[in-house]
Amino acid sequence: MNAAQAHRAASAEQAEMGEKSPFLARPRLGERAAELLIQAVALVAVAAVLLIIVFVGREALPVLTSAEVHREVTPQAMLLPRSVGGESVFAWQPVSELPTFNVVPLFVGSLKVTLIALFFAVPLSVLGAIYVAEYAGRVARELIKPAIELLAGVPSVVVGFLALVVLAGWTQHAFGTEHRLNALVAGIGLAFAICPVVFSVSEDALRAVPASYRAAALALGSSRSQVLLGVVVPAASPGIAAAIALGFGRAIGETMIVVLASGNAALLDAGVGRSTRTITATIAQELGEVVFGSPHYHVLFALGALLFLCTFAANFAGERIVAGMRRRMGVSG
Amino acid sequence: MHSRRSIAFSILALVACTRSEAPAPSGAAPTPDKTALAVRGSDTMVILGQRWAEAYMKKTPGLAIQVAGGGSGTGIAALINGTTDICQASRPMKPKEKDDVKAKRGADVIETRVAIDALAVYVNAKNPLKELALPTLSKIYRGEVKSWKDVGGTDHAIVLYGRENNSGTYGYFKEHVLENKDFAAATQTLAGTAAVVGAVKGDEFGIGYGGIAYLEGIRALAVKKDDASPAIAPSLETAQKGTYPLSRFLFFYTAGKPTGAAETFIGWVTGPEGQKVIDEVGYYPLPK
Repeated sequence: MNAAQAHRAASAEQAEMGEKSPFLARPRLGERAAELLIQAVALVAVAAVLLIIVFVGREALPVLTSAEVHREVTPQAMLLPRSVGGESVFAWQPVSELPTFNVVPLFVGSLKVTLIALFFAVPLSVLGAIYVAEYAGRVARELIKPAIELLAGVPSVVVGFLALVVLAGWTQHAFGTEHRLNALVAGIGLAFAICPVVFSVSEDALRAVPASYRAAALALGSSRSQVLLGVVVPAASPGIAAAIALGFGRAIGETMIVVLASGNAALLDAGVGRSTRTITATIAQELGEVVFGSPHYHVLFALGALLFLCTFAANFAGERIVAGMRRRMGVSG
Repeated sequence: MHSRRSIAFSILALVACTRSEAPAPSGAAPTPDKTALAVRGSDTMVILGQRWAEAYMKKTPGLAIQVAGGGSGTGIAALINGTTDICQASRPMKPKEKDDVKAKRGADVIETRVAIDALAVYVNAKNPLKELALPTLSKIYRGEVKSWKDVGGTDHAIVLYGRENNSGTYGYFKEHVLENKDFAAATQTLAGTAAVVGAVKGDEFGIGYGGIAYLEGIRALAVKKDDASPAIAPSLETAQKGTYPLSRFLFFYTAGKPTGAAETFIGWVTGPEGQKVIDEVGYYPLPK
C-alpha cells in the first residue's frame, strides 16, 4: 500500500465514522499521556528540591526563633566571639559542658579551602582548556579530554585518601607546614575534584566561539596569540566565569576530601599550613549522632542552609556574569 | 538540659519530615528463630566484631551476622530505634540511654562485658618520650602544654590528634583524661582510630589516642595515674588487673535478655573460643 492509497483508505474510514474519528484521536491521546508523564517526572524533581529546601529551612529556623534553642545558643553567639579570660575566641565546641557554636571558624575554613582549590584548579584547567581547544591536534585532544574527564569519575573518597596518605607527607616535607593535615592539602585534593568541571565548561565555551571571529582577526593580520588573547578568550570569558563559579560551588560543597585531608580542627586563622575545619566536614562528622531536635541539631541544619545559600549565590553570580557579558558582547559585536 | 535522646540521622528523617517522638519500627524485636543478626556500634570494636562473626558463622551455617561501625553512640541509637540486635559499645550506656531503650523497646537493657581494651596514648616511633602522667596528658590535650620540651622532649610544638565527637573513644578520653573539659581547638579530629594511627605514624611530633589493637608503626606511652604514681605500660596483665589507668571494658548491649541466635552468639563470644579471637585482634580477654 503506498501513501496515496493509505491516505484514501484513512479518509474513507474517517468519512464512515464521522467527524470524531478515534483513528485520529487515539495517537493524540497517547501523546498527551506521554507529555503528562514527562511533565510529572520533571515536577517530581522540582518537588524534591523544594522539599529539601523546606526541610532544611524548617530544621534550621529554630536557631532564629526557638526560645529553647536560644537558652543554649543565639544567632549572635554563633557569629560573635566569646570572651575567655580576657581573650576573645571564636570557638566551635558543640560537645562541652558549656557548648559553643561559633560558625565563623567553619565558614572561614570552608572559604579558605575552596579558594586554595580554585587557586590551583583554575589556572590549570583554563590553560588546559585553551590548549585543547586552540592548539592541540586531533590526537592530543582525543587523549587529553577523556583523561581529564575521567578524573571526574574518581570517587572523592579515593582522592581524599591519596591526599591523606601521600600528598600530606609531600607538602609537609616541601613546605614544612605546622600540621601534616591542613588547608593546603585539602585544597590541593579539592583542586583534583573540580578540575574536570572547570576544564570541561571552559573548553566548551572556547570551542563555542564562532570560527568567523578567528577568521576576521587573522584577516586583520593578528598573530595566533593575539587572536587567542584579544578575541577568543574575551569572547569565551562568560563561559569561563561560569566554569569558575561552578567549580566554586562544587568545592565548597565537597565533603569527603576535606574530612580526610584537612585535620578538622576548628582554628580561625589565615594560615594555609594549619589544620582547618569546614562546614561540610562538621556536618558529616557530627550529624550522625547529634541529639535529635537539640540546639546542636538545629545549628547543624543552619550550617547546611548557609552552605546552600553559598552554592546558590555562586551559581546565581555565575549566571549573572554570563548574562551580563553576553549582553555586552551583543552590543559591541 | 534538653532530652539527650540520640537518633542516627537518616534519609528516613528527611522523607518522614518528623521530629516528634518517632515510634519504633514495628517488627523490630528479634525473633527467636532468626537467621540474621545485626551488630552495630563502636568503631573500636568493628574489627573484633567482624572476626567474631566470621568465626561464629563458620561454625553455624545458615546464620548471617552483619557487623557495622559508626561509633558507640550510633550503635546505641540503633538499639533504641530497634535497627540492630546487638549494640557494640566501647563505653557504658548512660542511664538516660537505658531509659530510652526501655521506653521504646519495652525491655531493660542487658549489658555483657565481652573484652578489655586499653586505651593507648600514641606517639611517633621517633619520639624519645617514654611516659606521661594523666594530668600532664590532660594539659596537653587542653592546649595548656604546647611544646614537647615541657614534657622532656624536643623543642617542637605538639600536634594533637583525636577522634570526632560521636566516637566512644572520644567520650572516654574526654571523661577520664580531660575530666570533661574541652579539647584544645587545635585538636585535629579524624574519622576512626586507624586514621589517628596513620596520622601519628606520619607525624614525628604528633600525639594520639585509641585502642591498643592498632599499634602499628607507632609507640604507646606508659601512663602514670598522677605525677607520684608509677608508670604503667598497657599490657594484658595491667589491663586485666585494672592498674593501667586507661583500661576499659568493651560491651555488648541488647534490648531485653538475648534470645535465639543472639543468645548463643553472645554465649560463644564470652566463652573460651570467642575470647581466643580477642587475642588475635589485639585487645585483651576478660579475666578468668
